[in-house]
Amino acid sequence: MSYITVKNNQSIFFQEIPVLDYESFLLMNTGFLSKEHLHCVNYYGLAQKEKLKLICCIANDHEHSIYVSSCVLPLPHLDEIGFPEYSSFTARHLSFHIFEREIHENFGIRYHDHPWLKPVRFAHDRFNKESGIAEYPFYHIESEELHEVGVGPIHAGVIEPGHFRFACNGEQILHLEIHCGYQHRGIENLLITKKKLLQRVTLAESIAGDTVAGHATAFTNVWESLSGCVPRADLQLARTLALELERIAIHTGDLSAICTDIAYQLGASVFGRLRTPLINFMQEWCGNRLAKGLIRPGYSNFKFTPELAQRLEIVLEAYERDFDEVWDRFHTLPSVLSRLEKTGMVSWHDALSIGCVGMAAKTSGIERDIRASHPHDLYTELRHEPILKIHGDVYSRTQLRHEEIKQSLVYIRKLLEKVAAQPDSERVLLQAQADRFCLSLTEGWRGEICHCAITGKDGELVHYKIKDPSMHNWLALALAVRNNEISDFPICNKSFDLSYCGYDL
Amino acid sequence: MLKNINILLHQGKQFIRDVRTVEVPGVFRGRPVISANKVDAESLMEICPTDAIATDPSGKISIDLGKCTFCGECAFAFPNKIRFTKDYKLAHNLREGLIVKEGIDEEFKLDPTLIREEIYKYFGGSLKLRQVSAAGDNSCELELNACGNVNFDMGRFGIEFVASPRHADGVVITGPISENMAEPLQICYDAIPHPKLIILAGTDAISGGIFLGSKALDRSFLNNYKIDLYVPGNPIHPLTFINGVLDLIKKR
Repeated sequence: MSYITVKNNQSIFFQEIPVLDYESFLLMNTGFLSKEHLHCVNYYGLAQKEKLKLICCIANDHEHSIYVSSCVLPLPHLDEIGFPEYSSFTARHLSFHIFEREIHENFGIRYHDHPWLKPVRFAHDRFNKESGIAEYPFYHIESEELHEVGVGPIHAGVIEPGHFRFACNGEQILHLEIHCGYQHRGIENLLITKKKLLQRVTLAESIAGDTVAGHATAFTNVWESLSGCVPRADLQLARTLALELERIAIHTGDLSAICTDIAYQLGASVFGRLRTPLINFMQEWCGNRLAKGLIRPGYSNFKFTPELAQRLEIVLEAYERDFDEVWDRFHTLPSVLSRLEKTGMVSWHDALSIGCVGMAAKTSGIERDIRASHPHDLYTELRHEPILKIHGDVYSRTQLRHEEIKQSLVYIRKLLEKVAAQPDSERVLLQAQADRFCLSLTEGWRGEICHCAITGKDGELVHYKIKDPSMHNWLALALAVRNNEISDFPICNKSFDLSYCGYDL
Repeated sequence: MLKNINILLHQGKQFIRDVRTVEVPGVFRGRPVISANKVDAESLMEICPTDAIATDPSGKISIDLGKCTFCGECAFAFPNKIRFTKDYKLAHNLREGLIVKEGIDEEFKLDPTLIREEIYKYFGGSLKLRQVSAAGDNSCELELNACGNVNFDMGRFGIEFVASPRHADGVVITGPISENMAEPLQICYDAIPHPKLIILAGTDAISGGIFLGSKALDRSFLNNYKIDLYVPGNPIHPLTFINGVLDLIKKR
């Protein structure tokens, strides 16, 4: 066997991951991706003395399992010349492009056939620090007819920084290059250097502050699995509820923002205010509108009581009535539809080749949803069926939000039936086991979140790797806007609503 | 048309009538109160993820809200010692003013001697702000956006976020300031005409928060300027921000 098969949140001994020579490692992992139901959930390197260990994790969505394999290469040095150049995974399957760019940036591994070997985020501990973020090598077309438009890093609204460079022919976008990295905080290093569990889970909550439940659940599941602990039923219920509430709240806010970008004032106001009771409910539950402080490994400070369940039922009933009314109006207005339909399209073929996940995959007809393919917590009982759209345009991504909100409302009501009064329970003290590896997949509202952790000989955390769905999906936005008018960029961007800080880490 | 009117009618009145006195729902963690009860100070301080809890030589406990992530874990472990109230008026214009001391249960008041005279004169009726997210995690950014929605409606006080530093009277910084954002932040600040304000929104911006100690940060910008307002929170609550800014620009 040249790979090991694991389930989501299963922890194994790190030594159990088979080590291959680079050629077999490349052929096997790129070979997996000839099937649509297999995709790469994480591919990363970790430095071990003079060696670099590459770990590749390919998820099989039909078998609900993940194939993990590894390869060891010599670690390049800055002052060395004539270091080998490798064949890239990317030349065989484009979806690896971002992972190989990261490996190149962090460790100096060179590829002779990678088509786009550019910096990912100008991480503080990158291999080559000769150039800074201001010197990013943008793609440039020499032409008298074309012009370039640079937007960012600071944007016009209250949003995170990132740079967009457009090559335009008049009003039409020929090419968009997205350059991130401004948000880099060194979060993966901090997860190792900060030793307290509370510090680490606080960091996990801050990976992306709009996906607190998503990233905190992924971290918590990793940590519990490494410690050999199965979370209590009430904790699993709370996490599943938080994930679905977060999905409804953010999707609603995004519908509001989409309305803003097409200047539909009524929709912007009503969807905007509909988010408020949902996040205020989160505060009633855990004291924080964005669920910071709620999800903790082995315990929770905030019980979900039958009284809260009753309260949530009332909140959701009022929400759904007003939501349905404004949605019915919104999606039947010709002036709305003309802006959303056939705008910012991503084809099934493109989405598959660049390895889209989550919303960006589901709106281009690819079924990729961890809740169904690698279920964790109470998703094992909910039997989730992903909603698929085929056109891959802004309207598909808008419709998906509407339908996922309706679906999540059904799920939450099912979950509420399980809520029962609980006695006070003891906090489970967790001690991670030695020399383990664990991979955790969680379907956040954007898509699949992947956390991988490795422990050392005393059970101490030695490596932590985070992958936000935005890693896969930023390229989808760049492809979506091609041949669109530049004035449609904001609506395309909002329809994906990708994370800058989740990508920059 | 009738459908639109129906939708409008069904929303009712969503705005918060008095942002100064409204009570927030649920178990909001606002200004903490520290009792005089004796506890094991070492184990209390050990809990905090950001070293926000300290003792003075006499053994009295204090909490620095500029470092606090408002996780509430200290209050769960030592309920007789620390209690988080629902007081959301947490903003201060003095960094030391964010430190809550043992036995003191008083509302925060800005230090009027530190507020420049021209602030009320120029900004009392209209304050336009530029927001720079300098490695913010998008939580404070979401809440700053919420300040302008129909619920909180900050615009009624003439306080708004604008799209260009050239239109702005000040900058609101979120996030711990990454080294990759240090230069863009400086450029943005320089582009704002005088006189101008600096507001730090959120624990990450005020102290670095949970990111303190990361080599990927560059917070040197903050050493060079006087900060006009600190707004604690993780993320800030819209009411904390709005009340803080109103206190800063009100007539004295």
